[in-house]
Amino acid sequence: MSAAEQDLIQALSDEEIGEIEKEITHLNGRKSAAIDALKIVQKHRRYVSDESLQAVANLLGMSFAELDGIATFYNLIFRKPVGEKVILLCDSVSCWIMGGVDIREKIKSKLQIEMGETTPDDKYTLLPMSCLGDCDHAPAMIVGEDVYRDLTNERIDEIFDE
Amino acid sequence: METPLTNNIGPDKPFPDLAVYEQNGGYQTVRDTIGKRSPTDVQEAVSESRLRGRGGAGVSTGMKWGFVPMDNASPGHKYLVANADEMEPGAFKDRVLMEFDPHQLIEGMILSAYAIQADIGYIFIRSDYYLATARLKAAIAESRDKGYLGERILGTDYSFELHVHVSAGRYICGEETALLNSLEGKRANPRTKPPFPPISGLWGRPTIVNNVETLCCVPHIVQNGADWFRSLGRAEDAGTKLFGASGRVKNPGCWELPMGTPIREILEGSAGGMQDGYGLRGFLPGGGSTGFLTDEHLDLPMDYDAIMQVKSRLGTGTMIILDDRTCPIGMVENLVNFFARESCGFCTPCRDGLPWIEEILHKLETGQAEPEDMNILAQQAGFIDWWGSDSSSNGNTHCPLAPGAIEPLESARKYFADDFERHIRDKKCSYR
Repeated sequence: MSAAEQDLIQALSDEEIGEIEKEITHLNGRKSAAIDALKIVQKHRRYVSDESLQAVANLLGMSFAELDGIATFYNLIFRKPVGEKVILLCDSVSCWIMGGVDIREKIKSKLQIEMGETTPDDKYTLLPMSCLGDCDHAPAMIVGEDVYRDLTNERIDEIFDE
Repeated sequence: METPLTNNIGPDKPFPDLAVYEQNGGYQTVRDTIGKRSPTDVQEAVSESRLRGRGGAGVSTGMKWGFVPMDNASPGHKYLVANADEMEPGAFKDRVLMEFDPHQLIEGMILSAYAIQADIGYIFIRSDYYLATARLKAAIAESRDKGYLGERILGTDYSFELHVHVSAGRYICGEETALLNSLEGKRANPRTKPPFPPISGLWGRPTIVNNVETLCCVPHIVQNGADWFRSLGRAEDAGTKLFGASGRVKNPGCWELPMGTPIREILEGSAGGMQDGYGLRGFLPGGGSTGFLTDEHLDLPMDYDAIMQVKSRLGTGTMIILDDRTCPIGMVENLVNFFARESCGFCTPCRDGLPWIEEILHKLETGQAEPEDMNILAQQAGFIDWWGSDSSSNGNTHCPLAPGAIEPLESARKYFADDFERHIRDKKCSYR
């Protein structure tokens, strides 16, 4: 490993490296931890920058391109900066039937952003998400790690006024 | 009526942590089985129970297990994977099982792993199931502390380690070979079959991938016997199942009922019928990749073959209801949008065909469609369809994602043909 590559691994914190190495122990081969490693980095840094991605690639013994191919395949690996909390708004069929489009418009106007954008105060990023598995309480969304069900315009006001 | 899968679940019941779960008889089957009954014995019980995969395909669980090599000719790891990547639109039954009775899944996995002599297990769970993930991890720790998991389970020669893998989100991970690629840290493209996973799966080793609900049935079958399990079903299929309903019904939710329960009992009984002011137009019986049925099918039993005979699928058993004030074409557009977005991009009919279909459905919904567009819809669907109509180009996709995607479309073209015609003729969607 070259000195430059060593430096890039240092772009990961000891804590991140420790967590990634732990995942590797119950997998078969270092590359197998690719998705876990990306998720660990994202947990600590909100998103996976080019620099982090290169560092993870080096740590796992794979090329940048191979790892980026994996990172960009998955919906929930963010390769661009996101806000403090990501809003995953279900846009699948049961939520659509139960008025999900109105809820989407309400959130957009409430936060003054379009789908895929982040609020100017860096608090929220709004993303569409495939069926969240809360179909009996549609429409539904996840904010950060909190699930909100049976959404109405009034509920949206309450949630984001808090 | 017996409800083995949800015995521990209810608003007035305490959460089944290890102590409560054991009090309710939990892990007794593990105690009675590991090291005391032979793996073959467990496999036979499950085969004879006629348990079929609850993830949607309905493959016989015992038959699937039967392909795993049980001799010592090829020493090394064998794996058991719980498919908890519940991303089918309209499906939420596995979430209920994992959130409210995590030990039941773990016990099912210990017994299933023992049956195929797997030494390592993974629960492959979708990222958005935070509560289920936390409860499963806590339950695994409790179970390991008590000696039900890990090295030399309960002092026997049998060892089984269980890990949780949280996905990074992609519907195609629910396809078992895509899931295995994802577990290996790769892009989740489905693999070419054969070889099938029971022979060559995770890292090339024998692997069984079973749905969460399937695995949850196993402790009850092993404890109470195959005859008992078969007797639970009301028609041809065995056991009970979590059925669900979402959409404009009075009481959307999820209920454990016998296999073979007539659709009408679920829709009008458990789900309470349609909301006031809404009529039933149709329904997808088993999630977003199953074809529409209508009121003429209400007396069919929710059984794999009965639903297959009317060109739909039991799927996950979680129904999505189309009411008479919602546009069927809009609903299909929403579904195709989902599948187009979730396509892994590996093969052309899916990667390019689904967005084309979505575009035409969008044109219909916005009053821009021409009569010729109906031919394109039929042609594109023909490249994908697995039901086998008359074109020789049928079935040219690598996996079942795209065929599932067009099941709602093809059935909508059949049952709601008037709506398609009206959208073209009036150049607008009359439901808005």
